[in-house]
Amino acid sequence: MQRRWHKLSEALIESVIRVCGFSAVIFVLGIFFFVCREAAPLWSEPSFHWTEFLFSIEWQPTSLHQKRYGVLAMIAGTLGITLLSMLIAVPLGVGAAIYISEFCSPRLREILKVLVELLAAIPSVVWGFAGLTIISRLIVRYTNADVGVNLLNGAILLALMSIPVIVSLSEDAFKAVPDSYREAALAMGATRWQTVWAVLLPAARNGLIGAVLLGFGRSIGETMAVLMATGHAINIPHSILDPVRTLTANIAAELGEAPAQSTHYQVLFLIGVLLFLITFSINLAAGYFIRKERHQ
Amino acid sequence: MSRFLVTPQVAAKIRQERIAHSVLALILVSILIPLLAIVAYLFWRAAPALSLDFLLSSPTLGMREGGVWPAFVGTLYLVTISLAVAAPLGILAAVYLTEYARENWFNKAINLAVLNLAGVPSIVHALFGLGAFVYGARIGFSVLSASLTLAIMTMPVIIASTRQALLSVPHSYREASWNLGASRWQTIRRIVLPNSISGILTGIILQVSRAAGETAPIMFTGAVFYKAIKPGTLFPYALDEQCMALSMHLYTLSTQTPGVDESIPNATAVLLLLLVFSVNSVAIAIRMLLRSRVR
Repeated sequence: MQRRWHKLSEALIESVIRVCGFSAVIFVLGIFFFVCREAAPLWSEPSFHWTEFLFSIEWQPTSLHQKRYGVLAMIAGTLGITLLSMLIAVPLGVGAAIYISEFCSPRLREILKVLVELLAAIPSVVWGFAGLTIISRLIVRYTNADVGVNLLNGAILLALMSIPVIVSLSEDAFKAVPDSYREAALAMGATRWQTVWAVLLPAARNGLIGAVLLGFGRSIGETMAVLMATGHAINIPHSILDPVRTLTANIAAELGEAPAQSTHYQVLFLIGVLLFLITFSINLAAGYFIRKERHQ
Repeated sequence: MSRFLVTPQVAAKIRQERIAHSVLALILVSILIPLLAIVAYLFWRAAPALSLDFLLSSPTLGMREGGVWPAFVGTLYLVTISLAVAAPLGILAAVYLTEYARENWFNKAINLAVLNLAGVPSIVHALFGLGAFVYGARIGFSVLSASLTLAIMTMPVIIASTRQALLSVPHSYREASWNLGASRWQTIRRIVLPNSISGILTGIILQVSRAAGETAPIMFTGAVFYKAIKPGTLFPYALDEQCMALSMHLYTLSTQTPGVDESIPNATAVLLLLLVFSVNSVAIAIRMLLRSRVR
């Protein structure tokens, strides 16, 4: 009797664990399903055109006469900000990771890693606030920009936010290279820099690509910092001092005002679907490179 | 003595090494200085408003004066409830992935899902929370909807940390337990989980820190600009009510409230930073303690 009870409870617990294991898949599918579901009525909406959505720069969801739902300018804003931020963050982040993992003493390494971890924990709304109050003033003072909340501000913020992520993931990638590689290079008379350049960078390549891609995905999805610090102008930026609006900031700025189930509301969910698909494919690519690194 | 002569090639090599070393050190300094300067500046600007009273009093005069108590309590609510949902789910999911799952396409799919769940933009989580909990399940704009949204968003943090801890328990421990006739679950409960408790704790702590700072997912599911609460009550919000939150409060103060003295949003930002930093320091301390014990 007791034995049967044991068997039964074991089976019960196992199935609970199994369900929890599947939950991540359920949640990802659930996110996609529910966001799509809210956007779905657009299929049969006469005032909505797919070509306009993807290729028009006109976004006038609240206009009385001529409503327009084009997100091209926001796609341009998102890409502009993320690419500029990556241009800043990747060399700095990978460089810092090389220093931390190969050049400094173990004691300093521990301190720096703790520092990087704390910096990575700073919430994005605090970054947005810093962009709004500190970086925007610096930009106005040192450039001839009229307003300090613009593409440059957002890119600096995203760079500062993604550097800790890139540093710690790149450091992992370097750590994954076996010490025997380093020993072999040193035994042949290579300096530490030569070891890094000729041995470690090629060996850690996949992990580094994965790290950069993950940082890229995070930057595209970042919301609060760009909402507060990029200036809300819906146009294709011509210089880095132009104010812009990103896809994420557009949802955050307008979702509160769009009446539920209106076309405006549904288009905001469609932008969510677009964001989901973009970040999903970037994460898939990052996962591919990270797995490849592990199998080596 | 020609053996010790430095040939031009070797000299160039050494020069290159020195340059590389200093450039890399310079890069590190150029990252750390602006980051630390920004944090220091926030603290400096916050100083006039920071006090225990600021934490413990409610905002007054349309949030232009007073403190952040309702927002602070709201953040505690959201963090606690989301943790209560995310911790069991995340820990058991990690148990499944390390103890039960075999190498097949389905479990590869689970791994990919965990990676992607962590990468979904926070605003998309907000849309999901709005569509699934607020309207879909008809929970409405409430503490519960916001907490559930946060829980799903932060679950991957717990999974990742727990999984690492479970993997670090030597396989021989499990084998010994199985040989004594213990079942799978008995082994997990008596051997595997107790031996990875510090990793699990770290995951929980990191989840708390993430959940406390998030803004976008709660903005449209349950957090409000302002909600008066009775001073001195310990549980001012009901599950189906909306609440304030520190992160949301900072956003409102700095973008939607004209005429606020700058020290107030700065002090709010610093409080949020202190909360996150202190929580993360506990995680770091646990890890160091563990490592010294292993040695």
